[in-house]
Amino acid sequence: MLDVSNLKVCYGQSEVIHGLDFSVKKNETLAIMGRNGMGKTTLFKSLIGILPLSQGEICIDNINVTNNETYQRVVNGIAYVPQGRMIFPTLTVQENIETGMEVSKMKKIPDDIYALFPVLREMRHRKGGNLSGGQQQQLAIARALVTNPKVLLLDEPTEGIQPSIIKDIANVLNEIKKLREITIIVSEQVLSFTMAVADRIIVIDKGNFIHEDTRDNVNIEKIRGYLSV
Amino acid sequence: MLGGYTYGELGSILAMQGFAGFSLFSVLLLMALGLAIIFGQMGVINMAHGEFMAAGAYTTYLIATLTEQYFPAFMPYYFVFAIVVAFFVAGALGYLAEFALIRHLYKRPLDTLLATWGLSLIMQQSYRSIFGAREVSPTLPEWLLGSYQPTDTIDIPLNGMFVLVLTAVVTFAVFYLMFKSRWGLRVRATTQNRVMSGAVGINTNKVDRYTFALGCGIAGIAGAAFTTIASTGPTTGTLYIVDTFMVVVFGGAASLFGTIASAFSIAQAQSILEFFISGSMAKVYTLVTLVLILMFKPEGLFASKVRR
Repeated sequence: MLDVSNLKVCYGQSEVIHGLDFSVKKNETLAIMGRNGMGKTTLFKSLIGILPLSQGEICIDNINVTNNETYQRVVNGIAYVPQGRMIFPTLTVQENIETGMEVSKMKKIPDDIYALFPVLREMRHRKGGNLSGGQQQQLAIARALVTNPKVLLLDEPTEGIQPSIIKDIANVLNEIKKLREITIIVSEQVLSFTMAVADRIIVIDKGNFIHEDTRDNVNIEKIRGYLSV
Repeated sequence: MLGGYTYGELGSILAMQGFAGFSLFSVLLLMALGLAIIFGQMGVINMAHGEFMAAGAYTTYLIATLTEQYFPAFMPYYFVFAIVVAFFVAGALGYLAEFALIRHLYKRPLDTLLATWGLSLIMQQSYRSIFGAREVSPTLPEWLLGSYQPTDTIDIPLNGMFVLVLTAVVTFAVFYLMFKSRWGLRVRATTQNRVMSGAVGINTNKVDRYTFALGCGIAGIAGAAFTTIASTGPTTGTLYIVDTFMVVVFGGAASLFGTIASAFSIAQAQSILEFFISGSMAKVYTLVTLVLILMFKPEGLFASKVRR
């Protein structure tokens, strides 16, 4: 579904992502793990098109989106839940979700979104900025889902969120995968969350992939070693 | 007593100056709406905004002259038509300006200030070359002339009332567009977070271009309304631009409601004070008050409150 080849990203003269190759199948969840500053967010930003690639190619469902602007990539089926949520603080919850519906041309927020996130229906007339962190995270996922993506990117969805809500989010992601059969890529530092959602785990270190394994044969101690400072 | 005025006279003065304030309020608000949309949306300080207003005024003048010459029978109705054309002419000019100039400067906000200032000089000189340096006035239709006299001492000009109604219509239209339509949602999302708006699938470049055009188009309507109150010259726009910026800053850049409240208070304060003291002193008092209020509320009158 998502094919990335020889992806390189530079900040000015210094290259921070050094030629990554990977592909993710339909209905597969890939977790990209790594410590802070290893390039997770940079990789995600370059996939959605906020940061320019210096080299490489990105294809979604065999459509080459490398030269697309961000909004065109969304049209082609990639959706992004950024680190820190980035919801629109002065728009209401309902309006926040509706911003994602430009692409899918839907008129009304579909019921399955509120079924996944019942709290958002209760809060739909509140300003997004007045929600708690966990609620904002759910809102950001809902906003990404209404674009009807083929590939959903989530950048550190558990950051700053209490453990019980982290479990909820893991359940929701599994639910989404079951309902929609989409590709999910999640960047993460919390190992328990990763083990709950991912089919495959890749460890990124200083802009290179250094370890890859499926969930079933993963060596938890080894991954924990990569993540510790 | 009361400086030689009786109570009745004072009441009339208050009513008439108050109404003059309403006319000033209308023009200021029409100008400020466009400016607030552009400034709030794109962070572009459009120094040429006054010239887009003048574009609307000249369009009205041109249509009036043509109608007078070729279709005199159409004279009573041309004005409504002229408002619509003024909107589209100024809007089209704005679209062009955004496309040719401003979109290249989004990442350099100070440069947009200089660039739009240059644009305003270019536009002023074009007006001078095309229409001449002398001020012009369109021939107004009969129904805009004269005044309404509820009592012997009160005189309310009809053109002022017309401008007031026009302003109300435009303001409601802008509110509807910004807060009820999908297009408005796109604009508000882009205002808050341009990068993220792109990442949820909004074509922010297109939103910018049409927002800029809309802001300029509203300035064009302000220009058409302006012709009923005063005559138009090449530098007409510059006279209003400072007051308009004052309105936008005082009201809070991102708040349309604040823009209305601040246009109202500034216009009323000026026109009522103007009767009792000289015009320039009236301006001084208004400005000083404004500066004092802004010292305590730097984000303007109405800024929406959310957790950051």
